Amino acid sequence: MSLTNRETWTLVHGLIIGTLFLLAFAGGLAGLWSLQRGLVTTVGIRERMARLKIGTTVMALMAWATVLTGTWVVYPWYREGLAGDELAGCAGLQAPTDACSPRDFLLSNVSGSTEDWHKFGMEWKEHIAWISPMLATVAMFLVLYYRGGLSRNRTVRLITIGFFVAAFAVAGIAGLFGALITKAAPVH
Amino acid sequence: MTAEIATAVVTDEEKTARELEAEAQRPSGPAAAVILASGIGALVLGLLTTLAEASTSIHDWLQFYDRVGPLSGKTIVAGAVFFAAWGALTVLWRRSNPPLRTVTIAAVALIVLGLIGTFPIFFQAFTSE
Repeated sequence: MSLTNRETWTLVHGLIIGTLFLLAFAGGLAGLWSLQRGLVTTVGIRERMARLKIGTTVMALMAWATVLTGTWVVYPWYREGLAGDELAGCAGLQAPTDACSPRDFLLSNVSGSTEDWHKFGMEWKEHIAWISPMLATVAMFLVLYYRGGLSRNRTVRLITIGFFVAAFAVAGIAGLFGALITKAAPVH
Repeated sequence: MTAEIATAVVTDEEKTARELEAEAQRPSGPAAAVILASGIGALVLGLLTTLAEASTSIHDWLQFYDRVGPLSGKTIVAGAVFFAAWGALTVLWRRSNPPLRTVTIAAVALIVLGLIGTFPIFFQAFTSE
């Protein structure tokens, strides 16, 4: 039972950072939603602000960490051209190898109709993912800037929730395709 | 003694309530700056994604690092534009109060355009031969 260097990085990118992102989102959303004058006392607002600041900051940092490790560490292994122009190196394979990268494997269709996993799934994922950290940064900044004042300014609180949820939704699309593409053509 | 403690607690709560009101009324400029910057960053990403598909020279120019391909240029430029726009707009608006609702609507429109630009069925329609 062991993991290669590439599998370890894939795990860090998708599972470890992704789990922290998910945890930070769940905590942050609950905190933001309940941050209303009628639901919490003034002292209670102060008490929960520390958790909210940590939650939104961790989520933004994890969003940046995910796209940076994904693009600069894992993606080059996914896309390297190993199988030749005609993808002959993938002939007869059931999974990517040293002679057939995950991208080559998906485009070759040697294991069923797989090319759309790259042409649609990966092409969408690799681009849309980068919008998530920008949106998460907006939510983080609004929480750090307005602090407990969010409980007294409904407009800003709803804008913050909107950006926070949008960051999660965008990352969710990228994460879902990442998991499905890894299942079809894992990086080894 | 109990009355004194009760008075102290009430005073503390009043003080906190005043602080919360003050925080809620902070100038909207810095908040508007980051909100609009996210829209600009997303739009640039969508624009570069579509342009890289439509033009081989832009595709090749965006290839800042061969192993990552043109995605390297698209993301570096879009990220740099996001942070630069955030900084510039913060300087511009730091003491002013632009209407947050209007700025947010503008940013959402830009983000939607960015999302469209990064959607494969859209940008692949511009693929150059």
